[in-house]
Amino acid sequence: MKKLLLSSIIVIIGFTFIGRLSYLQLFRFSPDQILDDPAIKKIYDYPERGYIYDRNGELMVGNQPAYDVMVIPREVQPLDTLEFCSLLGIDKATFITKMEKARVYSPRLPSVLVPQLSKEDYATLQEKMRHYVGFYIQKRSLRYYTTNSAANVLGYISEVNEWDLQNNPYYVAGELKGRTGIEKQYEEVLRGRKGVKHIQKDRFNRDIGPYKEGKLDTLPEQGTEIRITLDKELQEYGEKLMHGKRGGIVALEPKSGEILAMISGPTYDPSLLVGRERSKNYSKLHYDTISKPTWDRSILAEPSPGSPFKTLNALAALQEGVVDPSTKFRCYHGFYVGNTLRGCHCGGGVRDMNSGIYQSCNAYFAGTFRRLFDKYPTTDEAMDVWEKHMKSFGLGNYLGTDLPTGRPGRIPDKDFYDKWYGDGRWAASTIISNAIGQGEIAATPLQLANMTAAIANRGYYYIPHVIKNMGSSGTIDPKYTEPNYTTIDRKHFDPVIQGMANVYKYGTARWVQIPDVEIAGKTGTVENFVRVDGERMQLTDHSVFVAFAPVENPQIALAVYIENGYYGARYAGHIASLLIEKYIKGEITRKDLEKRMLEKTLEHEYAKPYSGEPFKINEYVW
Amino acid sequence: MSGRGLFGRIDWITIFLYALLVFIGWINIYSTSLVDPNTSIFDFSTLYGKQLFFIGLAALGIVFVLFVESNFFERFASIFYVISIVLLLGLFVFGKTIAGATSWYNLGFFNLQPSELAKVATALALAKFLSDIQTDLKTGRHQLYALAIILLPALLILPQPDPGSALIYFSFFFVLFREGFPLYFLGILLFMVILFATTLMFGTVWIAIGLIILTILIYTFKRASVKIPFLPVAGVIVLSILFSLSVDFVYENIFEQRHRDRIALWLSLEKDEKKLDEIRKTIGYNTYQSEKAIESGGFFGKGFLEGTRTKGDFVPEQHTDYIFSSVGEEWGFLGTATVILLFSVFFLRLIHIAERQKSDFSRMYGYGVISILVFHYFINIGMVIGLLPTIGVPLPFFSYGGSGLIFFTMLLFIFLKLDSNRLKDGI
Repeated sequence: MKKLLLSSIIVIIGFTFIGRLSYLQLFRFSPDQILDDPAIKKIYDYPERGYIYDRNGELMVGNQPAYDVMVIPREVQPLDTLEFCSLLGIDKATFITKMEKARVYSPRLPSVLVPQLSKEDYATLQEKMRHYVGFYIQKRSLRYYTTNSAANVLGYISEVNEWDLQNNPYYVAGELKGRTGIEKQYEEVLRGRKGVKHIQKDRFNRDIGPYKEGKLDTLPEQGTEIRITLDKELQEYGEKLMHGKRGGIVALEPKSGEILAMISGPTYDPSLLVGRERSKNYSKLHYDTISKPTWDRSILAEPSPGSPFKTLNALAALQEGVVDPSTKFRCYHGFYVGNTLRGCHCGGGVRDMNSGIYQSCNAYFAGTFRRLFDKYPTTDEAMDVWEKHMKSFGLGNYLGTDLPTGRPGRIPDKDFYDKWYGDGRWAASTIISNAIGQGEIAATPLQLANMTAAIANRGYYYIPHVIKNMGSSGTIDPKYTEPNYTTIDRKHFDPVIQGMANVYKYGTARWVQIPDVEIAGKTGTVENFVRVDGERMQLTDHSVFVAFAPVENPQIALAVYIENGYYGARYAGHIASLLIEKYIKGEITRKDLEKRMLEKTLEHEYAKPYSGEPFKINEYVW
Repeated sequence: MSGRGLFGRIDWITIFLYALLVFIGWINIYSTSLVDPNTSIFDFSTLYGKQLFFIGLAALGIVFVLFVESNFFERFASIFYVISIVLLLGLFVFGKTIAGATSWYNLGFFNLQPSELAKVATALALAKFLSDIQTDLKTGRHQLYALAIILLPALLILPQPDPGSALIYFSFFFVLFREGFPLYFLGILLFMVILFATTLMFGTVWIAIGLIILTILIYTFKRASVKIPFLPVAGVIVLSILFSLSVDFVYENIFEQRHRDRIALWLSLEKDEKKLDEIRKTIGYNTYQSEKAIESGGFFGKGFLEGTRTKGDFVPEQHTDYIFSSVGEEWGFLGTATVILLFSVFFLRLIHIAERQKSDFSRMYGYGVISILVFHYFINIGMVIGLLPTIGVPLPFFSYGGSGLIFFTMLLFIFLKLDSNRLKDGI
């Protein structure tokens, strides 16, 4: 035993080692692993990123060349630093720190010394480059914008970060990737696929030709150009109208769900996020936490919709058969909840559905809302029915738009109020604000526009989307081409649309008619509050307007939401009517109105809560 | 028989195997350290040139050892031991620090590492003590003496710090086992290592459950005629559980973070795949690169001087501790298996030689030599192929380094010299 101990240990060790080695070298070995071999260099061939065109085929986003000055620290020969720095337009200290950084990164791999030279700088530098050994110029492609609008929808591209590299093996450090908007959503379509060449290196890091005669190499695949549904002209015009105002506008084509314009104010020029000034500009935009230019209000803001929401309550009441278009309610310049009178601005009197809508009578809608709840034995059942109707218009949940961001808004349900008030401790009168679009309802401008489109279509909508087609194929995701039906029968829409048309003829928006175009719309005025330094204060009302036109055969449906714009017709209504006129007629006849809208700003309103002094709200100042 | 000279009596098989190993080792050092193929192999500014010089020195050492009187080593064993202890102590004052370890004397042209010398001296001293006619390993006092001879140099080497070299001294236990030291010590040691590792992997609760199930199984399936008293078994279980409970404390409080990292990596204690991968590429970088290099060799290897990772210096310390990864990449499974086979045959041959000694001293010294070599081989290759945690010890005859090569050679050839004299011992 004791004589055999060491011998057997040696034999066991031998077998263990051979076993482990066969695992490593026979089992785990694969001929492809050479691809991860650090001695095989990969050279990438980048295709051009796909262009983006608007719905009419006008170029919105293209590419421009930029030139990076690269350095391979190991190969640098002594040079006239001062002269070189002046050529590059940097100072000597920057040059030294950048060189040091490059050396730390890797002495034998190229680093960017000066990124993104302009064409002019490149021209002067190019001739003298050969004097500076170890430096060279690498061309790369940057985005080029033919419009100064739609920054948030188009999105921007930027260099991949650590997270991207870890989570997507496609990317290599230094590559660009869509970060927001369409650039992010259609990243894989736009970017194409880079080509790869494998170069065999010998032990002195010299290239000794293609690896395996280039059998593993791939050719680059061009990025696909895409056409989006935006109307460049309408988009630009809308952004001009938003000058000095905060808010969001979404315009849709009801018969297809295509997004014609998606405007957020304030916004920024997309070219700001391209080129050498990019990071400086980005910080400036990103850290503007008061006006938030990078926050796309058209899909992220979730205000209460206000009066436009009354149209849905009217539709639900008709569908449930609790009212018909001639059912009347009396308005006492308001309506009573218990003994409390809740106000109404419609002027009072007896209201039917038509005048209830065009005069935006709160009492009328409080009445219909109560009737709906009275129809069912329990509040819970009624609430479920109401919730079902509202949600069938794409409210209270993500719409599924092809943009990488969005908000669900809110349609409160019975659980919500059970939690809020307690089970059985609320009724129709408790939540009566929902009847007039205030209260707990929240909707993004995109959702409001979509709701309007569903009304315009008399009962269905297509999920709003920005993609029109990709490359030569006309097909897009089928979910954008299948109609989504609401729970309201087609026949109930006509009386409501009639009321909305009368909004322009006799109602709250009679001052904003467009000659020759019949519009259906609905104003909204939304109370709102803000908290500054812990103090809650009421601000001037938000101005909201939804509309579609023409009433028969609608071509455009839109929602306009202007923060602190006071009543619905004042800013939102005017802007909406100008946009409709622009889109349908192609030109503006009401030059005075246009001039006023382009020039008026609401900066004084936005400054109020930060002035530190008491202020008045809802002032009538023209 | 006495008529035959030294060359007739020496074991040529061992010498042949030795020469082959040194040659293969040098070939791989050449491959890892070659920068410009136009330089001469005798260029002493290169690592492979230096190693060639060390091989020459080792040859001189062989000549010296072979021509010294055979009983010189036995007679002066104690003095060698004392000298090496003094040299180890002297390091605290005059030592030269390389890579964080104060393990060297600077002799100008050459850095001497006394821990290598001490291995030879300890092997000799231990053999001398054990072969003494009055030594009886069955008595506790002599067991203690033997332990002291082994552990004294280890304790001096540990704070250099050079835990790898210190660990090597445990190999001398195999000499003790061969000479009648109770074997159950080995069993207990092994059991403790297993308990330690499994506790870290599964936790004390599962260890306890496992032990109890194991005991029940043993009692259920043992032959009726075999009687196992219950109380000692219960005692073992209780002690094991107590030991297992102490593991966490030792692991968290006695070990340093780098030790914990290495062990965590070895046992794959980190459950998060991503984090484990992270550790693999940072703390386990050497092992990761070495495994990758070996793996990429496949069955046939990439060929001499064709190892892309070897050329690119991707495996750190490849010419010293990680030399085996170069064999793996350039010579493939054929190469690595051949080397493992060569080492195994070499060791078995040495055991054969040790067992044929008539002199107790020669046999015990022989066992010392074998134990040291096997321990180096086991720990080094185990580490390089990712079976053991990172412990820095060289691969005998392969790794670059003068002290290592020369003293491994001396260690071996003293034994061969003793062997060549075995027939005289009986007279």
